[in-house]
Amino acid sequence: MGLAPTPAAPTREFPARAGLEAARRARGPESPKWGATILFLAPAGLLLLVFLIYPALYTVLLSFNRGRNGIFESWVGLDNYTRLFSDPDFINFSTFPPSGALWNNVLWLVFYTSIVIALGLIIAVVAARVRYESVIKAIVFIPMSIAATALAVIWKFVYSPDSNIGLLNAILGAIGIAPVSWLGDQNIVTFALIAVGIWGSVGFATVILSAAVKSIPAEVIESARVEGATERQIFFRMILPMVSLPISVLAVTLVVNVIKLFDLIYVMTRGGPGKTSQVIAFTMFQQAFEAGQYGYGSAVAVVMLVLLIPIMIFNVRRFRTSSVT
Amino acid sequence: MSVLAGGVVQAKLTPAGRIVATLNRTAIHVVLALIGLIWLVPTLGLLVTSFRPRSDIQSTGWWDILNLHLTLENYSQVLQAQGMLQAFMNTVFIAVPSTLLPLAICAMAAYAFSWMRFPFRDSLFLIVVGLLMVPVQVAFIPVLTGMRELLPDLQLTRGYGAVWLAHTAFALPFGIFLLRNFFITLPPDMIEAARIDGASDVRIFRMIVVPVSVPAIAAYGIFQFLWVWNDLLMALVFVQDSSKFPMTRAIQNLLSQYGTEWHLLAAGAFLLMIVPLIVFFSLQRYFVQGLLAGSIK
Repeated sequence: MGLAPTPAAPTREFPARAGLEAARRARGPESPKWGATILFLAPAGLLLLVFLIYPALYTVLLSFNRGRNGIFESWVGLDNYTRLFSDPDFINFSTFPPSGALWNNVLWLVFYTSIVIALGLIIAVVAARVRYESVIKAIVFIPMSIAATALAVIWKFVYSPDSNIGLLNAILGAIGIAPVSWLGDQNIVTFALIAVGIWGSVGFATVILSAAVKSIPAEVIESARVEGATERQIFFRMILPMVSLPISVLAVTLVVNVIKLFDLIYVMTRGGPGKTSQVIAFTMFQQAFEAGQYGYGSAVAVVMLVLLIPIMIFNVRRFRTSSVT
Repeated sequence: MSVLAGGVVQAKLTPAGRIVATLNRTAIHVVLALIGLIWLVPTLGLLVTSFRPRSDIQSTGWWDILNLHLTLENYSQVLQAQGMLQAFMNTVFIAVPSTLLPLAICAMAAYAFSWMRFPFRDSLFLIVVGLLMVPVQVAFIPVLTGMRELLPDLQLTRGYGAVWLAHTAFALPFGIFLLRNFFITLPPDMIEAARIDGASDVRIFRMIVVPVSVPAIAAYGIFQFLWVWNDLLMALVFVQDSSKFPMTRAIQNLLSQYGTEWHLLAAGAFLLMIVPLIVFFSLQRYFVQGLLAGSIK
């Protein structure tokens, strides 16, 4: 029996080959109508060239430059990059565990991505067994609609070291534990921030994975139960393999989120205490716009771009193989 | 009803099996209740706080609901004295054009990539797919420098011009990608018939493609609107006149000036959240669609 495509996939899947073949006939006359083509494409093309493509190339140039005032002045070779990678606030392997903004992104990558997917899957599977499933999904999804700035205020409040204000320390106080400075302790702060990130993203994972779990035909699961399969076997042997594609799509999205992460850190800790909770997008903003180091900031932006290039290639390849060109 | 709900199977269980199943179901309800609490309580706490008098906030936690006094004072203070009313209007001024412009421009480009024939069409579209992953940070410095050096008289970052243009341009790769993938699934016969009848591309676009694509366009529009409404980074970079700051920046300022004045922060945060929450609860279907589709951004 053929499985239905996962409902999470169609919005991201590229159109089927057959559809494209049929579409070809309707794609206008063989010789292009230049006037209409320019009319439809010029606004997007111009904006992309002026605001994205040319600036991106110029930023790569600036990263090899002193770049005062954001204008190319003199070639400094790899200076900015050697400074960046020897800056302990950016990446520091001399201590254990390592530290620095880039390392914090690694921590985010590992903990945020895996826990969001795991919790999303658990909630999707468990909630599917109760009548109030949609209520649970809506509650978990609410943070997705809220600005990271508002999330930051909500959680600064929860994390407040004052146990008359912060819920978490009030709970600790009630069971006799001294208040913890969640955002003020450099060993805790990044994990406290990751927890907020997880809280904000689980709803997204739940919605995507719930749709995928539901695409598994009821008869398949039921007959497995009748044959005597345990719930554990059903989960690991049947559900998990069938949602592996949506999970990989979700994982890519979450990795991109981590590389672009900025608002939450900026509002909650400003990278502090000290510089211990900085992440790469924060470093870029701070170096370029607060310290005015445009060349150095450009180098950080280029590092972000380089980290995203594998995903870019993956997307382009996947698109190519799935469409008729 | 969900495919995983065990109703049918349970009927076949022995009495002992039924007790185990009931215990399992109780465990499920407990776990889900806990999850519901963890995801609801932090937001609820801030909501309650936004209505409590400042003196109460300083002395007892918001969970002390036996001594609950409610007031609208925090809201009136944050709206008037702290200028959040102006910031709310600024957010609207930023978000509306930054939603409508990309919608129009993306729909047009997506139509060209779906239903028009021109050289390098598919290669150009691959470039758009590639641009999806370019972080906006790589464009910031040259775009700002360009606005300052090449168009000094326009003072784009003093008004809304810079932020409108930036939001619009940076939204394009995703919007074009999303709408093209929808447009291409429209029935080719419909477009072909219109062409045979002599309809121009402009006419096909306006009279056929846009009207039948309203759900997809709406989903993308909601996604983009909330994206801009909730944005802080672009406002930090491209809005430099403090009288034009959106709410996200105003709240960030409140936080750095009065980090522990929770009566102001709570009320401010709720003013920022109210519109997305209304959109979420009233347009949940479109909203979830938009986010699912938007997962690539």
